[in-house]
Amino acid sequence: MERRTIFGGWLLPAAFVLPQLLLTVFFFLWPAGEAIYGSLTRQDAFGLRTQFIGLENFVDLFEDPLYVESMWRTVYFCAAVSLLSMSVALLLAVFADREIAGRGFYRTMLIWPYAIAPAVAAVLWILLLHPQIGMVAHGLKAIGVVWDYKINGGQAMLVVILASAWKQVSYNFIFFLAGLQSIPRSVIEAARMDGARGWRRFRTIIFPLLAPTTFFLLVVNLVYSAFDTFGTIQALTHGGPGKSTETLVVKVYRDGVVNLDLGGSSAQSVVLMVGIVVLTVVQFRFLGKRDKT
Amino acid sequence: MSSRTDWTAHIVLSIGVLLFVLPLWLVFSASTQDPAMIGRGELSFIPGSGIGVYWKVLTEGAPGVAPVWHLLMVSFGMAISIAIGKIVISVLSAYAIAFFRFPFRLVCFWTIFFTLMLPVEVRIIPTYSVMAGFGLINSFTGLTLPLIASATATLLFRQTFLAVPDELVEAARMDGAGPLRFLRDILLPVSGANIAALFVILFVYGWNQYLWPLLVATDSRLDTIVIGIVKMIGADTSVEWNRVMATAVLAMLPPVAVVLLMQTWFVKGLTEGDK
Repeated sequence: MERRTIFGGWLLPAAFVLPQLLLTVFFFLWPAGEAIYGSLTRQDAFGLRTQFIGLENFVDLFEDPLYVESMWRTVYFCAAVSLLSMSVALLLAVFADREIAGRGFYRTMLIWPYAIAPAVAAVLWILLLHPQIGMVAHGLKAIGVVWDYKINGGQAMLVVILASAWKQVSYNFIFFLAGLQSIPRSVIEAARMDGARGWRRFRTIIFPLLAPTTFFLLVVNLVYSAFDTFGTIQALTHGGPGKSTETLVVKVYRDGVVNLDLGGSSAQSVVLMVGIVVLTVVQFRFLGKRDKT
Repeated sequence: MSSRTDWTAHIVLSIGVLLFVLPLWLVFSASTQDPAMIGRGELSFIPGSGIGVYWKVLTEGAPGVAPVWHLLMVSFGMAISIAIGKIVISVLSAYAIAFFRFPFRLVCFWTIFFTLMLPVEVRIIPTYSVMAGFGLINSFTGLTLPLIASATATLLFRQTFLAVPDELVEAARMDGAGPLRFLRDILLPVSGANIAALFVILFVYGWNQYLWPLLVATDSRLDTIVIGIVKMIGADTSVEWNRVMATAVLAMLPPVAVVLLMQTWFVKGLTEGDK
């Protein structure tokens, strides 16, 4: 969509767009370019000569079992976080959409956790699940479960999934509730007339109508769980024990910042960029199509 | 409206609320208890008497971490600069793109749009080296400036601006309003709700940053409160849990307050803007 009535001149708009453009070029495009350049070259041990090596860094990366493992781990982690967080949020939103007393209160109480930082969410979960001080951890021990996520990799994964999904519920709740509210009451009334009730009404009428919201949230949740959970994971497990909670972003950080392997981490950055570009394009194509119909 | 109480809804929603409120209460409760007791695993839901810990963390901090009042100041500075910076920059660029025709307008638009796809997390190493080149490591500018560019906010304002009726623009021109006056007297007032909503979203975004400050500010004087908390837990030997929890409460208060105070605008802006 374009405007018909516009102002003349180009100096003023150029000056207005300049700050945004400069920031974009210096802090987005330049680093992205540098990552791509770095991923296609190799420096000798002294950093004196840089050699163009094509896709060799990527071949190395995908032949590295540790990287492939981390990739699958990330896929599993993202799927678990998105699924858990979205289903809890959808359940809550469906009930918060009903005409009941005190729903304003319920909504507020379910929306405020949006403000919690991922790293601070980790602190809350430490109080519940930390092997020494955690309240739930003591309960688990009391019934005979050997619980120590600092040693047990599977349990560590469970803890970071729970903490990450918990933090994202309120975001999903806000969108599902808005989605539910935008379904015309007449549609629901019509379904009621036809005798569809309860679960059947939800499954056949409401859930399909929520599909755009669900799809949008799925992409947002995948991006969130892949990238924004760094703080949660770092605070809870540092990617450990061993590598059992090392997602791709944690790995880039460990390899690049902690272990200073710059070539390898450039290639890793490029893989992440490609991943997020694909997700964004998919999202825009889908939402764009929906708008046209 | 049914006259019967919908018990299922009340039960499900109450469980949902408890899921979020109980951990929060436990954090508050733990902050007032004896750290040795917490360390032994004798955590209780009933607050202790150690409310003085808040004064202690505010003025002293914890071993290896700056006093919490200082962490709060850095976080405030960062969150406010990012929120205001992003809003100003995005309003200006969206205004230029929506209301003017100038060379490379579409190139500018797509360049900005492209950044939507590059969160800090995917460009950790290269961004760091570019920052180092500018000498921005360990500076407040380095902490905030790279996070200020925002495609989302620009797109949102562009949409709002495109929805302004042509008649309004014409009328303003008839009255002899130049582009600057039009922006100030017409566009800014009609975007008030959007600006408020974005402020909440961006304040929370800035406040909750972790990876970026971790990378770019190794000087402990630039530690934000989120960084400070993770540092406190990281000292694995003898963590003073009451201090950690008090700091966590203080870290949550400002963003939660902002969300609660501006809830209506925030929810509207979030759900209408992103799609």
